[in-house]
Amino acid sequence: MTEKRQINLRQMYPGQSGRVMQVAGGIGMVNRLNALGIRPGKKITKVNSMLMRGPVTVQLGGTRLAIGFGMANRILVEIEQ
Amino acid sequence: MGERENGVSRHGKHVRKRRGKKSGLKQILLMGNPNVGKSVVFSRMTGVRVIASNYPGTTVGYTHGQTKVGDDTAEVIDVPGTYGLEPTCEAEEIALRMLATGDVVINVVDATNLERNLNLTLQLLEKGVPMVVALNMWDDVGHRGITIDLKRLEELLGVPVIPTVAITGQGIKELVESIPEASVPGLPPRSHDERWQAIGNIVEHVQQVTHRHHTWLERLEDASVRPFTGIIIAAVVLIGMFLGIRFVGEGLITYVLDPIFEHLWTPVILFFSNLMGGSGILHDMLLGSTIVGEVNYIESFGLLTTGLYVPFAMVLPYIVSFYLVLGLLEDVGYLPRLAVLMDTIMHRLGLHGYAIIPTLLGLGCNVPAVLATRILESKRERFIAATLISIAVPCAALQAMVFGLVGERGLQYVAIIYGTLFLVWIVLGFILNRMVKGFSPELLIEIPPYRMPPWRTVLQKLWLRVHGFLREAIPIILGAVLVINILYALGVFDAIANFTAPVVTGLLGLPKEAVVALAIGFLRKDVAVGMLAPLALTLGQLVVGSVVLAMFFPCIATFVVLFRELGVAGLLKASAIMIVVSLAVGGLLNLIL
Repeated sequence: MTEKRQINLRQMYPGQSGRVMQVAGGIGMVNRLNALGIRPGKKITKVNSMLMRGPVTVQLGGTRLAIGFGMANRILVEIEQ
Repeated sequence: MGERENGVSRHGKHVRKRRGKKSGLKQILLMGNPNVGKSVVFSRMTGVRVIASNYPGTTVGYTHGQTKVGDDTAEVIDVPGTYGLEPTCEAEEIALRMLATGDVVINVVDATNLERNLNLTLQLLEKGVPMVVALNMWDDVGHRGITIDLKRLEELLGVPVIPTVAITGQGIKELVESIPEASVPGLPPRSHDERWQAIGNIVEHVQQVTHRHHTWLERLEDASVRPFTGIIIAAVVLIGMFLGIRFVGEGLITYVLDPIFEHLWTPVILFFSNLMGGSGILHDMLLGSTIVGEVNYIESFGLLTTGLYVPFAMVLPYIVSFYLVLGLLEDVGYLPRLAVLMDTIMHRLGLHGYAIIPTLLGLGCNVPAVLATRILESKRERFIAATLISIAVPCAALQAMVFGLVGERGLQYVAIIYGTLFLVWIVLGFILNRMVKGFSPELLIEIPPYRMPPWRTVLQKLWLRVHGFLREAIPIILGAVLVINILYALGVFDAIANFTAPVVTGLLGLPKEAVVALAIGFLRKDVAVGMLAPLALTLGQLVVGSVVLAMFFPCIATFVVLFRELGVAGLLKASAIMIVVSLAVGGLLNLIL
C-alpha cells in the first residue's frame, strides 16, 4: 500500500523523488518555473541543498536546476513511500 | 573588451531602429533556450566569430552576420536565449523584441533535453513565424541513452527538423538548405497546461530513454553542488585559477616578452636616440626622457618605449593568461556551480548567486562585465552589481600593472590591495543592499552538465578577447602617453596638481603630481598605474595610489557602458558613490599604512 505525503522541496532528502503538487507563489513565479518545466504533476528529484538558506538543486528530466531558498520553500511535492 | 561584447551593446540598443529592414535582406533569427549552442550554430552559419560558453546567458545582446541561402544573401541574428515568451530579464526582453522583426526562425533545441526545449518551440509555432528546428548536441543523445525518432518529430511539429552538432559543424549545411522549407503549421494559442500536455504527447511518441550508469564527470557534477565537497572544489578551482594565471602570465613576460624588448627593441631605441642627438622635444616624446645608455621602459614615458612596453610586455601577457583560464572554466561549465555556492553570501549584497558571473568577467574587463549584468532580473540588482563591479573589481590591465610595479617590491603589498578591494566589495554591497529600495530576487538557474572544453572554441574565444584588447586598448594607451607628453610640455599638469594638492596630498598622502595619474585613469587604468612609477613613492603610497586608481573612476569605456546600461541617473548615482568611497578608503589606508 502506498502512502502519500506532501512536503516542500527544502524538506526533501537528497536523492529523494516526488511529484510537484503545487507552486505556491504569484503569477510571475509560477510562470518562470513553468517555463523551466516545474509544474504540477512533473516528477522531480532533489540532488542537494546548500547550507545556510542556500539554493536547492533538483533534477527534472534532463534538466538540472538551482532554485533559491525561498522559492524552494513554496514548491510543494508529493512523496510516494 | 571582446570584439563582440562591445559591439553588442551598440546593436542591442538599436533593435527598434532596425525594424525598417533597410537592407531588404531576409532576417533569420536563431532562437532557443539558453545554453543550447545558438552562438556556435551562428558562428558556423555566418563565419562571424562570437563568444560562446557553457553557461546560460553568455549572449546578452544580439549579433548579426550573413549567410547564403541558395543564391540569396540572408541576415542571421544570434538572439539571447529564453525559456519562454514572457520575459524575466533584459536579455530575454531583447529576444522577444527581435521576434517581431524576423522572417524565419531557426529554433535551436538541445536534443538531450527535448521536453523542456519544446515548450519554447510550441510557443514560437503559436506565434505563426515560419520555422526550422535544429536538433543540436545530436552526438550527446547516444551517450545519454536517448533515442529520438526524427521523422516522427518532424511530422508532429509540422516543420523541418535537422540534427546538428554545431561544435563540429555537422548538419549545418543541411540546416541552411532547409531554410526555404521553413513552414507555419498554424497552431492555435494554448494555455500552459494544454501546451505541456501536447509536449508530453510528442515526447512520448518520439523519444526513448534507456538507463545507463553515471559517468565520473556526472559524479563530479554532484560533488560540486554538495555543501562540503562543493566548497573544497571551489577553493581548489579559484586557487588553481589564480596560480594558472600567474604561471602563464609571468612565464610569457619572463621568457618571451622581456627578452624581445631587451634584446631586439632596446638596440633600435638606442640607435634612434643617438641619431636624434639624445634630447629634444620630439626625442622625449617618442623615446622618453631617461635614456642614458639603457632604456627604462616603465619610467621613460616615450611613445615607442613605455607606450609599447606597457600594453605588450606588461598587460598583454596577463590578458592572455586570464582569458585562457576563464575560458576553460566557462566552457567546462563550472561557473553556474560557483553561483550556487555563492548564493547565500551574494544575497547579503543585494544580489543572488548568478551575479558572480558578471563579477568574474569584471576581473578581465569591466565593460563586458557591466553588459553581462543583463542576466540579472531586476533594475535594482543590475545597479548594485554594476556599481560594485566598477568600484571594487579591478580589470586585468590594472591588475597586471599592480603585479608588475608593486609585486616586485613584495607580494604582501599586492595582497593588501586585493584584500582592501575585496573588503570594499563586501561592505559596500552590504550597505547598498540596505540603502537601495526593493528586494533581491531569488536564484533560479539551469546548471549545465560538465563538458570537456573543445580546444577550438577555447582558443577562438581567447583570440577574440585578445584581439579586442589589441584593437581597442592599444590606440588609447598610445593616445594617453601622447596626451601626457603634450600636457607635460605645456605645463598644464603643474596647474592641476597645485589645485588638487589639498585632497591628493592632504587626504591621500600622495605627492601632488599623482593627480595626473588619477586623471589619466579615466583613459586607461594601466597607463595610470604606470605613471605612479616615476614618482618615487613609498610602498604605502604605492598601495594607496593603486587602490584609489582601481576604485576612483571607471575608465572611459566602462563609463560609457554604465551610461547605456544604467541611464543618466544610475550613472550619476554610481559615480557619486565611487568618488566618496574611493576617497574615504584611500584616506583610511593612508592613515593605517
